[in-house]
Amino acid sequence: MKQGNTIVIDPVTRIEGHSKITLHLNEDGRVEEARFHVTQFRGFEKLCDGRPFYEMPSLMARICGICPVSHLIASAKACDSLLAVRIPPTADKLRRIFGLAQVTQSHALSLFHLSSPDLLLGMDADPAKSNIFGVAEQNPALALDGIKLRQFGQKIIERLGGKRIHPAWIVPGGVSEPLSEANRDAILSSLPEALAIAERTLEWFKSSMERFREEISTFGNFPTMFMGIVKKDNGLTFYDGKLRIVDASGHVVADDLDPANYSDYIGEKVEPWSYLKSTYYKPKGFPDGIYRVGPLARLNVADRCGTERADQELAEFHELQRTAVLSSFHYHHARLIEILYCIERLGQLLNDPEILSKHVRAVAHPNALEGVGACEAPRGTLFHHYRIDEQGLIRWVNLVIATGHNNLAMNRSVLQVAKHFVQGKRLSRGMLNRVEAVIRCYDPCLSCSTHALGQMDLQIQLVSADGEVLDEIVRG
Amino acid sequence: MTKARIATVWLDGCSGCHMSFLDMDERLLAIAGAADLVYSPLVDAKEFPENVDVTLVEGAVSSEEDLEKIKRIRERTRILVSLGDCAVTANVPGMRNPFGTKAVYDRAYRENVTFDPGIPNQVVPALLPTSRPVHEFVKVDVFVPGCPPSADTIYYLVTELLQGRMPDLSPKTRFGA
Repeated sequence: MKQGNTIVIDPVTRIEGHSKITLHLNEDGRVEEARFHVTQFRGFEKLCDGRPFYEMPSLMARICGICPVSHLIASAKACDSLLAVRIPPTADKLRRIFGLAQVTQSHALSLFHLSSPDLLLGMDADPAKSNIFGVAEQNPALALDGIKLRQFGQKIIERLGGKRIHPAWIVPGGVSEPLSEANRDAILSSLPEALAIAERTLEWFKSSMERFREEISTFGNFPTMFMGIVKKDNGLTFYDGKLRIVDASGHVVADDLDPANYSDYIGEKVEPWSYLKSTYYKPKGFPDGIYRVGPLARLNVADRCGTERADQELAEFHELQRTAVLSSFHYHHARLIEILYCIERLGQLLNDPEILSKHVRAVAHPNALEGVGACEAPRGTLFHHYRIDEQGLIRWVNLVIATGHNNLAMNRSVLQVAKHFVQGKRLSRGMLNRVEAVIRCYDPCLSCSTHALGQMDLQIQLVSADGEVLDEIVRG
Repeated sequence: MTKARIATVWLDGCSGCHMSFLDMDERLLAIAGAADLVYSPLVDAKEFPENVDVTLVEGAVSSEEDLEKIKRIRERTRILVSLGDCAVTANVPGMRNPFGTKAVYDRAYRENVTFDPGIPNQVVPALLPTSRPVHEFVKVDVFVPGCPPSADTIYYLVTELLQGRMPDLSPKTRFGA
């Protein structure tokens, strides 16, 4: 630490006490540096050593109860490449349906259960009310929409996989059971209500944006690159494709990158003060290789969504800024457009004449000793990379998880918010709330590397270099 | 009549048990009508409060911070529930135990690193030598296996406890359910 003072926010919540923030002040009392510390470490890259590879999808799903389906998909795709099989077309489509259902429920959780208190009640709301139950008191229809939209996604997962959380349905080579006609019809009949919820929530969000001009201009509003997987036609996808990276002006920096070669272009750096590693784009080095992933990044890299309503909204989204859309506040907006896309795309896939095919699994023994699987998780690009021995037992694993890609940007965003809202040596509640809210824009799935939910806990101390507490704020 | 005070906490787990809690969907609002959720990842609370009637604990005890927390939570809770397989048996987090912490740290922070390898040791809490179930450290009143326990199981659990009955969960859930 440099000369001067340090503010410690410990613990940060909606991240449930597993992270904290320190703000370093210079001698003039201006914020000079910010650190977002992730304080939980679970060891998945090691604990599966020696396990049979076919256990990996179910085991890896336990990384995260919010986006287990993304881990199932990335893991199963890594296993597909160990088997060296091409999975049946219907299995491919069914996995996509599963993934879209999950993105919908996960985005609903982020937007309604976690962020709607900030958006509805405001950044300075009474913390005792600043939760989904407070939203239910103020605007019951909004809270109920959130519960129903999340339920919509979870029910699709349950219909296909047998249970809502940690279903074992996605397996190496495909999926374990075909889709029944009854389930197909039941899911199709649930689409209109979900679409109506998505439409009215997007309208509500857009009409609220005017109240957040100051946040939009300071919440991670800076140039970075953006990365995401796109389809062959450069359209939005969550399941499969090539990686594309664009710069802050929206120009393509790298295109058509094979996710299997991720380690050629993505570096991972350790900071001694966090369990969450930071990734960077290798050709630009650290820290200039900073990029963002997730909803905002996907809409910045993709040329189109490929569904009618989402494409109309995407065109409007791009009007926010002539370059790439830079403010991380717009993650919320991007998330809502992606929900629209998911629901529309679910309709397309479920109406596909092949979708009820019984041929949904390719069976093989391992044919390769190394495999990479990648997909777009709700929060961004996810890589699973495995090596096995001749017996099919796991010998080495590397996981690059969405939230890690955003680590540099989250740190920089906290710095930007702190610089704007912290003046001198006094702490204000507004600053506290907004530091919390900027992290929430990224919807950091710290249960993937740590834990994700929770409100910011409410103690910030401003501590001088020699340990004297200069100021303290406790919220609640 | 004062409302019951319930809490949920999450130690070394995946959040799946909390997601299953949310899977109660509309029933969440009914529970919120019958009890105050005084501490949880879902609400704003600065510190684990005193006099909590029921606390649901997800996850194993894996770090120094988890250990400190669970002791404080036990002191302030009347009925402590181990929710889910990780809390009950250490389950997946416990899979790191045979390797020892050094090998687990080394894989993540020395081997799988391009730049500046090293074990984080500033600010972050150290791992305990092994990841253990909750009842090895504090008394647990109710065990609810499942990965995760279903929303119906959690609803039954909570409503029974709120009505002063000790639920019989054996027909409702099982390990790995």
